[in-house]
Amino acid sequence: MVHFTAEEKAAVASLWAKVNVEVAGGEVLGRLLVVYPWTQRFFDTFGNLSSETAIMGNPKVRAHGKKVLTSFGNAVKHMDDLKSTYSQLSELHCDRLHVDPENFKLLGNMILIVLATQFGREFTPQMQAAWQKLTTAVANALAYKYH
Amino acid sequence: MSLTRAERTIIVSMWGKIAAQADTIGTETLERLFASYPQTKTYFPHFDLHPGSAHLRSHGSKVVAAVGDAVKHIDDIASALSKLSELHAYILRVDPVNFKLLSHCLLVTVASHFPADFTADTHAAWDKFLSVVTSVLTEKYR
Repeated sequence: MVHFTAEEKAAVASLWAKVNVEVAGGEVLGRLLVVYPWTQRFFDTFGNLSSETAIMGNPKVRAHGKKVLTSFGNAVKHMDDLKSTYSQLSELHCDRLHVDPENFKLLGNMILIVLATQFGREFTPQMQAAWQKLTTAVANALAYKYH
Repeated sequence: MSLTRAERTIIVSMWGKIAAQADTIGTETLERLFASYPQTKTYFPHFDLHPGSAHLRSHGSKVVAAVGDAVKHIDDIASALSKLSELHAYILRVDPVNFKLLSHCLLVTVASHFPADFTADTHAAWDKFLSVVTSVLTEKYR
């Protein structure tokens, strides 16, 4: 089980409080689909994903991005208990969505980049390290029930 | 995987902004690498890795200068980085997984310094560019 220090928890919580989940969520998912276009394979029903403009402005991308990042908010609240927090979502991603867990790492890195663009100089190396640890732990929790 | 003309334009343009603060960007990239991925420190037992150290600053400059060389010779990165490729293959032998980690930290550094310029398209072009650089640096490994 991953252990987060008090400093790491504080770093994560302080930044998270200032994140607009709707805007950031759309950015995160949008960037995933732009930077790693093969991830579009999971989103056939999303309509126009033919260009950066189309993707970043696509309402389904925004809505789904918001959903995903809202779920991430749960991770922030349960940093000591990620495996059980994500147990059902893990089964869902394996059994129904058939998502390769590698994609959780890619998405995690998109969260980091979006945080960097939003917070600029405030997103110090120490902040990044705490968030890197969290996104890795969430990725592992989401992969935990795979079989 | 090769870079389209549009991607090359984006990459060169973004480099114009990075170049003005190249040393800072290079140093910060390494600081982020060692903070987020402590295992990467194993390649630098001979360095003082405290933030702001002379070692970090000089090595950070070297790394970002090499990226700059690749940008300046974007039509033939393999030739421009040929010596570096041999260095990594025969002398340094850094495990290939670490190039992704360094690339990611460089992108985070650039994103945090130039948020308005680091659009999704720019991000995509630079991610692809760094993976081309990675391929060149690891192509002689075996």
